[in-house]
Amino acid sequence: MKQIAFVSGKGGTGKSTLVSSLCQLVADKMVADCDVEAPNLHLLITGEELNKADYYGAKEAVKDAAKCRKCGLCYDACRFAAISDEYEIISLNCEGCGACALVCPAEAISLEEVKTGQTYLTKTLQGTFSHALLDIGAEGSGKLVTEVRRKIFTSHEQEKWLLIDGSPGIGCVVIASITGTDAVVIVTEPTKSGVSDLERVLAAARHFQIPSFVCINKYDLNPEMAAQIEEYCRQHDCPVIGRIPFDQKVVKALQAGKTPVEAGNIQVTREIEKLWQRLTAALGA
Amino acid sequence: MKIAVLSGKGGTGKTTVAASLAASLPACQYIDCDVEEPNGYIFLSPKLTDTVPVYVPIPEVDATKCSGCGSCAQVCQFNALAVVKGQVLVFPEICHHCGACLLACPEGAISETDREIGVIEANADNTFLHGKLKIGEPISIPIIRQLKERLHQELPVVLDCPPGASCAVVQAITGCDYCILVAEPTPFGLHDLQIAVQLVKMLQLPCGVVINKAAPDNKTVQEFCAREGVELLLEIPFSQAIAAAYSRGILPTTAYPDWQDKFRALYHKIEERVQQ
Repeated sequence: MKQIAFVSGKGGTGKSTLVSSLCQLVADKMVADCDVEAPNLHLLITGEELNKADYYGAKEAVKDAAKCRKCGLCYDACRFAAISDEYEIISLNCEGCGACALVCPAEAISLEEVKTGQTYLTKTLQGTFSHALLDIGAEGSGKLVTEVRRKIFTSHEQEKWLLIDGSPGIGCVVIASITGTDAVVIVTEPTKSGVSDLERVLAAARHFQIPSFVCINKYDLNPEMAAQIEEYCRQHDCPVIGRIPFDQKVVKALQAGKTPVEAGNIQVTREIEKLWQRLTAALGA
Repeated sequence: MKIAVLSGKGGTGKTTVAASLAASLPACQYIDCDVEEPNGYIFLSPKLTDTVPVYVPIPEVDATKCSGCGSCAQVCQFNALAVVKGQVLVFPEICHHCGACLLACPEGAISETDREIGVIEANADNTFLHGKLKIGEPISIPIIRQLKERLHQELPVVLDCPPGASCAVVQAITGCDYCILVAEPTPFGLHDLQIAVQLVKMLQLPCGVVINKAAPDNKTVQEFCAREGVELLLEIPFSQAIAAAYSRGILPTTAYPDWQDKFRALYHKIEERVQQ
């Protein structure tokens, strides 16, 4: 199986829009939504829930008040301001490192597993679909992404492709989404912000030595900026495999919970098909 | 007053709103807390004169003192240490800088050394700041924490937050007086706005919504706000001209100066809400 991660650096450039379209066009694939903080793909591809589970992806210090002697050693050891002046644990700040438990002479503090999110495995017409939702404000989003990717393989299906919808940024969540993939497709838009963020996320993909490709979404909104992206990609030896035109009909389709392919714009659909052909050719598949 | 601008979903217009607000006030401090992909500099064109590296402490093992007992690897909750053939290996990228390994080492063989994970860049009078996470680094929170150590105490402060709803956003908005939630009227935008509302409610911060790319025939965000009792602060209509200016790094307040009045009015509205 080959795994393809769709990322963008900048948010809102059209990752989920593109992945949901590919879901309609590509056969023999599974799908994972690794944007666990603000997942959207499940709004466009739905089906029968196979499995739903709580995910315990972090630990948190818990104090036994009866044993606490209020000596303050925990307060001194904590580097995350997670112990209050009254030596209570402030769970929102707690990283679950256990330094407080290590120094407590009364063994009043222990680490407990905490739920950080919910994972879902769904059977859809487009293939098996793994996704998750991080608990609001929780730690360990990267670990939850790894769990989403692990869970897709529990279905034991022998598909040819895994399409991964990534998240914005270049940090832990994105690293967890692209690690070990066969290719990264960076979805960008012809804006100054899009270009700036493309540069950083391409550098990140290169840092992990993953073959990278670029898709310029809404490329006709600013032809000058699109040309600048093409030039940048040429200089950095990164193939531009898609140039998707802007279409108000696509916006309307999304508002109705439909994918761009379902919007019926032949030009958009053909361009997405071409993107996939170029990608698979480049990967020798 | 400290105002955080966040959205849950990426690309809804956080930076447009935060930078427009900053550009419309006579004096303020703008802090870009989206350290993975900072964009505020594109619109506000600051003269960045001050670059400060952000360091985090990571363990360093003195092999002459280490007995290879493995206590450090055992206590590390993040698997940032491993003992192989009696030698300690440190994986610096995944270290959370908590110091538990130091506390656990019975030989006193572990000390700490500084490791750079990014930089903070600022203009001369500290009214524009952003952080930049180094490529390949996973952990951004220490940079956000250090940015917030430089909060202005007298001027209004606008904090442009990262997308999502994880600990990085919590770090950015904690201690703020008000949160502006930027939403776009799509099913994605609405879904992620709900997440953002839950986050600010959990932290018990007052909030209001700015709709970006508002469409006359789509009132889903307005209906959500009415239902949830969240104040609708401002609507920025979808406009080809605003989008074109944005693509070139130009704010609506620069392209259309009457927007400055609207953003100033937004600020005064927030000021009133906070004083209430």
